[in-house]
Amino acid sequence: MAIISKEEAKKILDKALSFSKADEMSVSLGGGRTSNIRYALNSVSSGGEFDNMSLLITAGIGKRMGSATINEFNDKAIERTVRRAEEIARLAPENSEYMPMIGPQTYLETPMYSENTAKMDAEYRAQVAFDSVDACEQKNLSAAGFMQDSAGFSAIANSKGLFGYNKATSVDFSVTVRTADATGSGYVTRDFNDISKLKTRSVTGIAMQKALASTNARALEPGKYTVILEPTAMGTLLQSMMGGMDTRLADEGRSFLSKKGGGTRLGEKMLDERVTIYSDPMNLEAPSEPFAGEGRNRTGSFLGGGGAVSDGRPQEKITWFENGVVKNMSYSRFWADKKGVKAVPPPTGFIMAGGNQSLADLIKSTDKGILVTRLWYVRMVDPKTLLQTGLTRDGTFYIENGQIKFPIKNFRFNESAVIVLNNVEALGAPIRVGGNLIPPVKARDFTFTSLSDAV
Amino acid sequence: MNRRDFTQTLGLGAAGLFMPKIPALARTVTAEELLEPGLDIAIKKRLADAGLHAATAKGATYADVRIGRYLNQYVMTREDKVQNIINTESFGVGVRVIANGCWGFAAIGDTQSEEDVARTAEKAVAFAKAHSRLMKKPIQLAPQKGFGEVSWKTKVEKNSFEIPVKEKVELLLTANGIAMQNGASFINNTLFMINEQKYFASTDGSYIDQDVHRIWPNFTVTAVDKASGLMATRDSLSAPMGRSYDYLQTAPPDRLTGVTTRYNQGYDMLEDAEAAAKQARLKLKAKTVEPGKWDLVLDPSHTYLTIHESVGHATELDRVLGYEANLAGTSFATIDKWKSKNFNYGSPVVNFFADKTQPGSLGDVGWDDEGVKTKKWDIIKDGILVNYQAIRDQVHMLGETESQGCCYADSWSTVQFQRMANISLAPGKERLSVDEMIKDVKKGIYIIGDGSYSIDQQRYNFQFGGQLFYEIKDGQIVGMLRDVAYQSNTQEFWNSCVKVCDERDYRMGGTFFDGKGQPAQINSVSHGSSTARFNGVNVLNTGRKI
Repeated sequence: MAIISKEEAKKILDKALSFSKADEMSVSLGGGRTSNIRYALNSVSSGGEFDNMSLLITAGIGKRMGSATINEFNDKAIERTVRRAEEIARLAPENSEYMPMIGPQTYLETPMYSENTAKMDAEYRAQVAFDSVDACEQKNLSAAGFMQDSAGFSAIANSKGLFGYNKATSVDFSVTVRTADATGSGYVTRDFNDISKLKTRSVTGIAMQKALASTNARALEPGKYTVILEPTAMGTLLQSMMGGMDTRLADEGRSFLSKKGGGTRLGEKMLDERVTIYSDPMNLEAPSEPFAGEGRNRTGSFLGGGGAVSDGRPQEKITWFENGVVKNMSYSRFWADKKGVKAVPPPTGFIMAGGNQSLADLIKSTDKGILVTRLWYVRMVDPKTLLQTGLTRDGTFYIENGQIKFPIKNFRFNESAVIVLNNVEALGAPIRVGGNLIPPVKARDFTFTSLSDAV
Repeated sequence: MNRRDFTQTLGLGAAGLFMPKIPALARTVTAEELLEPGLDIAIKKRLADAGLHAATAKGATYADVRIGRYLNQYVMTREDKVQNIINTESFGVGVRVIANGCWGFAAIGDTQSEEDVARTAEKAVAFAKAHSRLMKKPIQLAPQKGFGEVSWKTKVEKNSFEIPVKEKVELLLTANGIAMQNGASFINNTLFMINEQKYFASTDGSYIDQDVHRIWPNFTVTAVDKASGLMATRDSLSAPMGRSYDYLQTAPPDRLTGVTTRYNQGYDMLEDAEAAAKQARLKLKAKTVEPGKWDLVLDPSHTYLTIHESVGHATELDRVLGYEANLAGTSFATIDKWKSKNFNYGSPVVNFFADKTQPGSLGDVGWDDEGVKTKKWDIIKDGILVNYQAIRDQVHMLGETESQGCCYADSWSTVQFQRMANISLAPGKERLSVDEMIKDVKKGIYIIGDGSYSIDQQRYNFQFGGQLFYEIKDGQIVGMLRDVAYQSNTQEFWNSCVKVCDERDYRMGGTFFDGKGQPAQINSVSHGSSTARFNGVNVLNTGRKI
């Protein structure tokens, strides 16, 4: 599916709005293609592609709302879908939290699109897999990897004059390399908007190095250790924290941002003063969507206009934690209206500021500690304290006197991102992980609770 | 249509603002459309034949065509508000082929055109040929006889989609009201209903039409004490089932009384919501657990998840072989352990079976998604690992010639691959009730319901929480505990299983969202068991301050 232009998208959205008889109406159009290639045991195992474009129409009548979607774009089909959305709205229960649609907004033109990615084909994808597999085969290692790329667009409009358009591309690559005797394993992941930045042969080399270095792992006693969490590991811990910035949850007393006795911890210093986390859709290395709720999922595939309802709020640069202090929290429009504050949407990507030190520098400055490549099966144990459990995986090493001494068996941890970010010893230079920018973090007293024999 | 008939149609109540992600390629539809019969079977056969012929004409040595219509309805409420009601339909055709010894797959949505399906089949062949240069060994497919034109349907007494939405909303809001009156601070309540209408045809000569229904009523009650800053939740004790709306009717045998009411073939949401609210309040005041070794008595509403993670996933052959190494991981249950015929996965009282024919289970179908008749087989017998879960392109690695029928795709648009069958712990052979089991325990914890869960990438080390934790002292339940999680190693854990209650206590739990693969797919699967006892398990205290 070719990406349609801003003008073409507006024409379809305007057509839909012209059929409206509702008090207000919003329309959302999205589409594109998502392709993938997967390999394991140094052999391609599957690959495929799908594309789609669809239109989501939401009608508001009084305090009632109804939606319908369609993937045909002739006038008759669009009008029929508008009528259906209106009919559903008339029959829907009244919503006491209904918020009227918002008027025209100014959206950032975020740098999410790359022609290099948009024009990728099956041959290129096969070459990506080959480069990764070939590097491993030459060292008698086994590669299991996956790459998914997408190119698509999203456009929104409503009867109050709002209009927004964005196009984006993305590439997500990961590979796990295992030794032939299955006693060593290494992992690396990279994601970009522009495929030309992905060099799978050299990136796979990182996972190969970890696999070879992680054989014959020794057991350490569980307990509290200084850890260096590589960005992939730190990013996993941060996901839940950044996904929990909602004010209503905190006001209701069921969030890590709830204050004992009521209210939120906005303005309080919760983390080490070196911790600053913000979101910035215009960041060149990790740009994100210009409007909240765009129809694009986390893995970068485009679900079409049916993917999500956008309320049209513009995304802008927001600082969530500054020098450890909670600076901003997100609000639904209903909750913001109730509280009389600005309705800040939750971040679609986040950036944790770091330092200039490389991972090697962090290792060099560590007397005794553990280097963690990746965390696995991380689940929330207690949302009030953000206590999470999970395990290390695919490259865990013991550091002594500034050097990696030997590989160690994997650990289960029980720890909270809030505690980790209070115990910061040093921060390295951020890299992009899952659309976010995350530094490697050195932190003391990280709680490992048991050993795992898994490789 | 009048307002009362809202019950017959889609409503996006509170609405679109909280609209969840719709499954890829699905479109929102009215409730009436969920009851439309779909394509005539003769048309499906014509479409399928077009795909099969086109694939073989282009050089495929095997091809299958899946024509799928996937219908979902979600009804979501919060306290006294309808958050969302959403109906989706997704229809399309997926074609899988083997050409040049390599798999190829392509899919197309919303078509009734034989030409479209033929073109899709040709695309699948082209993918297979393009990828075949990176294949190490050609695909070896176990032979499968064709079944001709056959059909299968979930036993449905009350089709969920025929029940007016109004009735569903009223049920959920009534449950919410009961919870709020009984001490809940908040309640989120969801009713999730699925109908998969699947047509499968292959070059083996099968034309299989199946109609699969599933339902999952569930809620989370939250109690908050703002003064202390404490919060406690209690999730519903329902199970997702391979059933329809009849699951929400309860007969006396469906209720198991005891320290709390648990449910079997029927579920009483109103009764459970009341209990949940009261228990969430009690959890706020419960004694925090002393970490250390405890004997655990685990209810089937809890055990299903431990089974799923430590036995279900560990015995998937594709994981054992390394095909899932990059995401879901591999398995400790390696081929050499199976070949030894003496690997003690569990104690002698531990017997696990796989069964894709268990009525009411989420995995219950007549044929899998590559045309294999479903069946029951042993995985662990008297504690020994005796088999895996495998599909047509894997069974030769076990020296077998017949697939076990556990291939599945979550949509017409996704390729089928090995997914977990219903894996269940067989009831104990000796007569034993839950009360009798508890009477024997000196220092233990009785855990009901599933909570936080995590296991390593080879399925050794795990940690599980729960919903309700009751302290057992000298054979008596003496009160509630909080902050409980247990950690163990799969082999140690199942070897610490000393007793399993008999078949009178056998019940199923399960999940709608068993995830695996890249791109990720979901699978619905049930796990049955009777209450089981495990001695000397490591329990930790999860209480923290930030």
